[in-house]
Parts: sequence; C-alpha cells; structure tokens
Amino acid sequence: MSLETLWFWLIGVLWSGYFVLEGFDFGVGMLLPVLPRSERERSMMFESIGPVWDGNEVWLVVAAGATFAAFPAWYATMFSGFYIALLLILVLLIVRVVSFEWREKRDAPRWRTIWMWANTIGSVGAPLLWGIALANLVHGVPLNSSHGFSGDFFDLFSAYTVIAGLAVVALFALHGATYLTVRTVGDFRERAAAIARRLSIPAAILGIGNVAWTVAVAHNRNSRGVLPTTIPAALTAIVLILAVGLTHTRRGGWAFTATALAAIGFVATIFTGLYPRVLVSNPTFANSLTISNAASGHYALKVITIVAAIFTPLLLLYQSWTYYVFRKRLGGEQVATPVAMVRSDSGGSASS
Amino acid sequence: MIEVASTTVDIARWQFATTSIYHFLFVPLTLGLAPLVAVMQTLWYRTHDDAWLRLTRFFGTLLLINFAIGVATGLVQEFQFGMNWSVYSNFVGGVFGAPLAIEGLAAFMLDATFLGLWIFGWNQMSARLHLAMIWIAALATWLSAYLILVANSWMQHPVGYKLVDGKAQLTSVGALLSNGFAIKAWLHVILAGLIFGSTVMLGVSCWQFLRGRNVELFRRAAKVALIVAVPATLIQLSVGNRFGEAVTSAQGMKIAASEAQWNTCQPCGFSLFQIGGFSAQHPNPTVSITIPKLLSWMATGSFNGKVQGLNQLQAQEQEKYGPGNYMPHVELMYWSMRVMAILGVVMFLIAAVGAWLYRKQKLERARWFLWTALVAIAFPYIAATAGWILTEMGRQPWIVQNLLKTSQAVSPSVSTATVATSLGVFVLLYATLGVVDFLLMRRYARLDPPQVGEGGGLGAAAGVAESAPAVGYGAG
Repeated sequence: MSLETLWFWLIGVLWSGYFVLEGFDFGVGMLLPVLPRSERERSMMFESIGPVWDGNEVWLVVAAGATFAAFPAWYATMFSGFYIALLLILVLLIVRVVSFEWREKRDAPRWRTIWMWANTIGSVGAPLLWGIALANLVHGVPLNSSHGFSGDFFDLFSAYTVIAGLAVVALFALHGATYLTVRTVGDFRERAAAIARRLSIPAAILGIGNVAWTVAVAHNRNSRGVLPTTIPAALTAIVLILAVGLTHTRRGGWAFTATALAAIGFVATIFTGLYPRVLVSNPTFANSLTISNAASGHYALKVITIVAAIFTPLLLLYQSWTYYVFRKRLGGEQVATPVAMVRSDSGGSASS
Repeated sequence: MIEVASTTVDIARWQFATTSIYHFLFVPLTLGLAPLVAVMQTLWYRTHDDAWLRLTRFFGTLLLINFAIGVATGLVQEFQFGMNWSVYSNFVGGVFGAPLAIEGLAAFMLDATFLGLWIFGWNQMSARLHLAMIWIAALATWLSAYLILVANSWMQHPVGYKLVDGKAQLTSVGALLSNGFAIKAWLHVILAGLIFGSTVMLGVSCWQFLRGRNVELFRRAAKVALIVAVPATLIQLSVGNRFGEAVTSAQGMKIAASEAQWNTCQPCGFSLFQIGGFSAQHPNPTVSITIPKLLSWMATGSFNGKVQGLNQLQAQEQEKYGPGNYMPHVELMYWSMRVMAILGVVMFLIAAVGAWLYRKQKLERARWFLWTALVAIAFPYIAATAGWILTEMGRQPWIVQNLLKTSQAVSPSVSTATVATSLGVFVLLYATLGVVDFLLMRRYARLDPPQVGEGGGLGAAAGVAESAPAVGYGAG
C-alpha cells in the first residue's frame, strides 16, 4: 500500500474516531433540553461528558491537521470551498466549547439556561454541517482545472447531502442516548433508554436511506463498480437495525456499541465511495482531486507516518484509560448531592 | 497610519491578525499558569499544608476559564489557513502541515485529555497520580508551543525543504525541528508564558492584599510568583536579544524597519525614542534619543557590528526578486519594538522591587506597589501583542520569507464580501467572549479561595463554597 493510500484511510479513521467520540457528546448536548427534569440532572449530563469532550474534539483537530500535512491540495480546496459551512461550524463549536466551562461558573438560572442552549445549538448544528460537508466530498462540488473551488455556498446543498446531514444528527442523538444509558443509573437511565428507543427508528431509517444513497452516488461518480461501497453500507444498515432491536430489548452496552459502529459506518461508506479520489469535481468529473494529485511529497508522508505509528497507540491507550477512570455510573447516591458538587472544578463525584 | 482595508488580501490579513492576537492573549497564560498551578499542587502533596491546596484550586479555576477560550479560538487558527489562504496552504502544506499535524496528535491530544483528567479526577485517583495529570498537561502545552513555533518559524526562516512544481516539499525533518529560529522563538514564548503566569498571580495576590483578604494565604502565592517572575523577566531580556540576532541574519529588513534604520551603519546606536524619520523621504528624525553602539550589540552580538539599512536592503531585494516594495511598515515596527522592549524592562523592575519588598516583609503594606502590580497585569498582554505584530508584519510583503508573497496567497474562490462577513462574525463573537471571560476572571479572582473541609478535603470551588459540603480526598 502506498503512503498516499495509507493516509487516505488514516484520515478516514480520524474522522471515524471523531464521529464515534464527539458523536455521543454532541448527542448528549442535543438531549439537554428534553431529557433532564431538574437542574441537577442537567448538570449530571454535563458531567457525563465533561472529562472527555475536549479529548474527543481533538480528533477533529488531528483529522484537519493530517489532511493539511498529507494532502495540502485537498485541505486547501475543501476548506476554502466549504467556507461558509466551516465558518458556521467554527462559531457553533466555539460557543459550545465555552459553554462547558462557563455554564457552571454562576448559579443564576438564566445564565445556566443560556449556556445550555449554546451547547445544544452547537451540538445540533455542527454535526448537521459536518454530515453535509463529508457527503459533499463524494457528491462533488464544482472544481476548475487547477482543482480550485468554483462554486458557491449553495452548491453544498442537494437532497442527498441534506439527508446525510440529518442522518448524522439523528444518529448522534441516538448515540448520545445510548451513551447516557451506559453512564447513568436509576430513573434517569430509564428515561434515557426510553428516548433511545424512540430515536432508534427514525435514526435507522435516515441512516439506511443515507448509506444506500451514498452507494448510488458513489457508483455514478466512480468507475470501480459498486461492491466496495456496498459492503460498509450494508454493514451500517445491519448495525442500525441491530440498534433498533437492542434499544428495544434494553441491552444498553450493546446498543451503544451498535450506534458507535454506525457512526464509523457513515464515514467508511463515504470514504470507500471516494477512494482513490479525495474530493469529487461535479459536474466536470476530470477535475477531481485524487490521492495522487493532492498528496505531499514522499518524505513528508514518511515522517508523519512514523510519528503516527508512535503516538496513535499511545493516545488510544491514555484515552481508553480516561474512560476507565470515569467509568462510575452517575445518578446513584449522587441524587442527594447538591448541584454545586457536580461542577467540573469541584471534583465530580460525591464524598464516598 | 494604517490604510483602510479595501481588498480581499487586506481583509484576510485583518482577520488573521485579529484572531491570532486574540488567541495569543489566552495561550501564554496557559503556558505559564499550568506549571505554576502544578508547582503549588506539588507543594501541597509534599507538605500536606492545606494552604497550597486552596491556592491550587483558586488559580486552577482561573487557568480553566482561560484555557476554554484558548481551545475554542485555536480551532479557528487551524481552519483559517485553508479557508482564507488556500494558495498559501497548497504551497506550504508539504512542510508546514507536518508540525501542525504532529502538534494535534502528540501534544494537543495529551493536553486536552490530561487536563480533563485533572479537572474531574480529584476524587477518582490517588493524590500522586492526580498530581501527575497536571504536570503532563503542563508539559504538553510546552510541547504544543514548540511545534506551532516550528511551523511559524518556517515562514520566517524556511529550512529543510525543496521546491517541486512550485510547491514546498520537506527534505529534512531534522532541519525543520532544529531550526535555530524556532528554538529561540520557543524560549522567548515559554518565558513570556511564565511572565504572564507570574504577573497575573502576583497581580491577583496584590489585589487580595489591597482588599485586606486572605493575606497569609496570598503571601505564599506572591512568593511563588516572584520566585518565577524575577529570573523569567531577567532571562527574557537576554533571550529576546539573542532572538533579535536570529532575526537579523534571517530577516534583515525586519530589524532595519524596527529600528527605522534607513541606511547601513557601523557601529549603530539604539534609538530609545524618536519623532519623525519614518519615511524614505524624511529619514532623519527631528528629535531622537540614541544610545551609541547598543543596536550593533543587540543585532549582531558585537559592539562594532554592521546593520544593513532599509534603502540598501530594498535595492538588494529588488535585484533578487524583481521590482516592488520590500519594506514593512516602518513606524509600526519601530513602536512595536519599543513597546515590547520597554515593557520587558519595566516588568523586570516591578518583579525586582516586589522581591525586595517581600524580603523586607513590606509587600502587603506597600499600597503603591500593590496598585502597580495590579495594573501590571496588562503589561505582558500588551508586550506579547506588540511582539507578534513585529514578527508577522515585519515579514511583509512575504508570507513565507523570500518564497511567497502575502498578496499572492489568498483563496481565489473566496469573495471579498465573504471574507468581510467572516471578519465581522469573528470580531463580534470574540468581543463578546472577551467581555464575558474578563468578567468571569475578575469574579473568580476576587473570591476567597475555597475552604478546606474535614479530613483535608476541599469544598466545592470558590463561589458556592459556603453551600457545599467538604469533599473527602482519598489520600488527604
């Protein structure tokens, strides 16, 4: 496998990691206005993702950085071409980032409500736009003969890409609900499981529709035949159906695994549909960016490959350890805990 | 002095300047406050003296409020290269992208994960392991700064590359990482971070003295701050100087402009202050105060060194790179340099006087000094901003020194209206965030540090300390 090919798939892995990890913390953010019955429960939801959301978001930073380093032309055209979408994503993410730290810094109900909504709006808006953006890689946008973007913001919106965005939002909402069922106990967990059941069917319908459509789009853009894209698409459809079954039979841990796999499946279907292209030109297909015309020099690829080989196992190790440290379910004895005790800088769990 | 932005390039530059300067208001405080908080937590771990734990929590809260904006605004930096500067990104990605990607994978990931573990880990692990979390996070911020400065220094002094089909390709990662420019810039920035951290810590402690609160407790914080501030400000004067030498050899134009040195001189005096003399038509200042030979020493390391003038450099550059103006904005460079250097000296004097008062046990009663130290919180912010204006604007008209001009680097597909919208959005958003952040920082800096509860544990953080029971600390 050439280094260009390796980095194409590694960037796919980074996006998958981002979708799996930040996917559930986006989902928890989306459920903030609907699930909790008290400010204490709302704080508990914040606490369930408080220690990990930042580490989750770094997967996006690394995905973008890796694209810049390995495929400068891809990074340059995608980021300048998807300008308005990315500007909106940045605003949504910034407001969401500060909401985590600032919400708990004052007790005034109005203040807390503002930052809760800031988090929720960011948690819905950012995945919607990321779904649309990634779907556009394979759907294609107008590129000129020097592979520069020659369209405008509205070229990003088609029935296919908008459905993809909605599918990601629905999937993350479900993913967040299944996450909460494995991270909490008691009455709250029951309600999280109930929401997961209700979300599972629309998420599955949108998700299956989306991957099927991705197969059709990729087939139309790609002369390699339909099989490579069909495999991840079919697997995604299967895990989505399993997610419906598992949420309805109350197998929380397995349901969370299924929604995580579906998040990977969304990215995998798009990336297999793309390969060996990185950004399809539509309608002038010949102007597409590919792993060969967008790549950095061989030496730079070798350097970042060595660095990735050293640091990726390390980061998987310490991020897994983080989840192990914070494995204790929330909402048990802590029901008796004052709101102040679940503030991020107060240490999290109650005296025990 | 500054022309009104009228083209895409100008607006894109305004956006980059605004967002970068803003980002760098938060980054250095994290670089300095994180190890200071780690030191205080270490003192608590070693001595079991609860005062250190209270200070750790107090300054830890300030660190986290500040860190949140640093993270949020850092994302903009990574995205805007591609958004506004696609020609630049395409040109440099093969070299510049690598340190950026490595920073995310090796440093920022470490930083974000371990800071999360530190914030939420107080009751979840042994005290020793928990102490390791803040140290790892602090060291990760320093590694992060190094890799970002490797990328930036490549724009100032490109090394370890070749040009293939009009794009830069990496040829030596060793040369890239050991770029002398990057190492000096890193030392300069780390010291700046420690000055930020210690100045804020000293200023906040002095504020508490002024209000007559927690005097015993904050005397300790002031001591730690002074122990860091005195050597950091002193060493910075020398490192800043060595950094100036590196700039002289890589970017003669930047030094000549920052000294408003129109013609080559040997030896050269350092101008402390001047009126006029900022344009080629009127190169002689009407008033000026100059220290003989000092510029030669600062720029070359020898009191008799030669410093090339703007006019001579302009002629050389035109010969090499064709017709055009190769001079940065002289007046702005001159004053940025003065502001940075003068504040550098002032911050050292404040630290030295503070240390002397501390030794005489007069610190908390010397009200004039307490007010000075409180006002001085602003100084590192102003100095760092001046430093970046000098570094980035002093490189103009180049975006990558001698390889690519800023005017040719913007995204051709992005309209002026789009960039203007984006600039407007960021200015509004950042202004709002800045105001909220300032109010929160002030609120938490005024509070009494959290009380220590039964069994050596701590109540909830400042602010609602009175309403929360003590948290038992496992190993406390």
